[in-house]
Amino acid sequence: MKKYRFLILRRIIQLSILFLFLGGNYFGWEVLRGNYSSAIIVDSLHLSDPYAVLQILASGFITSSSVLMGALLIFLIYVLIGGRLFCSWICPMNIVTDLAFRLRKIFKIETEAKVSVSRNLRYYILALSLIVSATFGMAAFEIISPISMLHRAIIFGSGAGWSIVAIIFFVDLFILKAGWCGHICPLGGFYSLVGKQAVIKVKHDKEKCTNCMDCFDVCVEEPVLAIVGKESDFIRSGACTNCGRCIEVCNDNALKYSLKFDLKK
Amino acid sequence: MATRRKVIQRMFEGAVFLGGGGLIWGGAIKANSKSDYVLRPPGALKEKQFLKACIKCGQCVEACPYDTLKLAEPGDGIANGTPFFEPRDIPCYLCTDIPCTESCPSGALDLKKLTKEEEKPDILNTKIGLAVIHKESCLAYWGIRCEACYRACPLINKAITLDFEVNERTGKHAKLLPIVHSDVCTGCGVCEQACVAEKAAIFVLPLDKSTGEVGDHYIKSWEKDDENRINEDVKTGDDEKDVKSAIDYLNDDDLIED
Repeated sequence: MKKYRFLILRRIIQLSILFLFLGGNYFGWEVLRGNYSSAIIVDSLHLSDPYAVLQILASGFITSSSVLMGALLIFLIYVLIGGRLFCSWICPMNIVTDLAFRLRKIFKIETEAKVSVSRNLRYYILALSLIVSATFGMAAFEIISPISMLHRAIIFGSGAGWSIVAIIFFVDLFILKAGWCGHICPLGGFYSLVGKQAVIKVKHDKEKCTNCMDCFDVCVEEPVLAIVGKESDFIRSGACTNCGRCIEVCNDNALKYSLKFDLKK
Repeated sequence: MATRRKVIQRMFEGAVFLGGGGLIWGGAIKANSKSDYVLRPPGALKEKQFLKACIKCGQCVEACPYDTLKLAEPGDGIANGTPFFEPRDIPCYLCTDIPCTESCPSGALDLKKLTKEEEKPDILNTKIGLAVIHKESCLAYWGIRCEACYRACPLINKAITLDFEVNERTGKHAKLLPIVHSDVCTGCGVCEQACVAEKAAIFVLPLDKSTGEVGDHYIKSWEKDDENRINEDVKTGDDEKDVKSAIDYLNDDDLIED
C-alpha cells in the first residue's frame, strides 16, 4: 500500500474530477462543469487551460475576460507552485498512458524504443501548434486533442473519442515507450517549459541512495532523474510531472517531495 | 562543435518538420471542419470567428434542457468538439432564459448578439439560420391542406404566414401556402421537425447559405431612409474601370459600331 500511496491518491483525484464533470452533464451538479480546456467551479470560478487560450489568441480572437482570468490563475498556480503536476494528477490521458507503461513492464514488451524519437519533439509540436493556429484561424491542438476527446468520450459518450484514445494506448504499448505523454503532447510540453521553477519539486538525497534503479524503472520521464545517485539536489527538470512514483518505490527514502525556493537552472 | 554540414542538415530537417507538419496539421483541421452548412447555438458569432473563439468545453450542450445541442465528433465534418444541432432531430425551442448562450465562457456565444440597443437579450433576436421552403415537395403547394410548419412555428403568423391562392386545378379550393419571413424567422427549426414530408420540405440553412445581397447601388426610392443613400458614396467594386464602363456603356461607341 505504501508503495502506491501517491498513485492511489492521483487516481482518486483524476477519477473524482471526471465524476464531477459527469454529474455536471447528467445530473446538473454545479460543482464542476465544462472540460479540461475551460471549466467553472460552483457556477462562479472560471478555470481555463492557458495553452488553449494561447492558441485561441494566436488564431486571432481575444477571448472573454473570464476565460483570460481563469487561464492566468491556472498558469500562475502551475508556474509558481505545482510545475507539471497537471499531467499526472489531473489529466485523464495519464490513466491510459500509465496503463500502457505498466503493461509494457508486465509483459516485457521490449524496453528499448523501437523508433527513436526525441523528447524535445513536444516543444517543436508546441511551437508548430501556435503557428498552425495563427495560419488556419483555429486553435490547432484543441481540435485534435486526445485529452478533450477522452473527456467527451466519457462525459458525452462520443464514440470517435475512444478510437483516438485506443490508438495512443497502442502506440504507447507497442511502438514508443511513454510516447504520448513523454514525447508528443504539446500541453505536457507547455507545462514542462513554464513549470521549471515551481516550488513543489522532488528532492534527492545521494547519501541514502543505494543505486537500486527502482525509480528509473517507474519514471515516465526518465531523463529527469539524471542526478539520482550522483548528487543531492532537486529534480529540477520541468519535464518532471511530480507524480511521486519514484518517491513511493524508493526503499531507501532517498527521494521525497520538497519545496524549492532558489532559481538555479 | 557541429560541422557546417550538420547545421545545414538540422536546418533542413527543421524546415521540413515545420512546413510539412504544418501543412498536414492545417489540412487535417480544414478537412475536419469542412462543412459550412452547420447550425450553431443561439448567439453564435459568425462561423469563422466562432471557430476561433469556441474553446470546446461543452457547457452550452450541458446547459441545453432539450438535448438539442450536440458536440461534433471526428467524421461529422464539423470542427471537432464544437456545438451544433440538427433541427430535424431536435430543434431549438428558444428558451427565454437562453441557458446555452449564457453558459458560454469564451465569448463564442455572445448575449450581445441577442441584444438590440439597450434592451435585455431576447432569444427572439437570434438568427441561427433561416427556414427555406422547397415548394415542389411541400404538400401545401400541391394544394393539399397541411399547415404543419405554420402551426408548429413558435412565431406563428409572424415568421411563417399563410398566403391564399386559388387552386386552379380544382377551381373551387384555396391553397394555403406557407411563407417564411426572414426578418422574423429565428432559424430554430421547429418547422423543419414538424414537416410531414419524408425529407423536410421546409428546412433551416445557415444565413450565409439562405440569403442574398442586392448590393449598395440598388436603392428603394419609395423608402425615405433608403432614398437618402443616393447622396452617399457608393462602394465601388474591386475593379473601378468595370463600374465606370457599366455606367457609360450606352454612350460607348463600341456598342454602335458593333
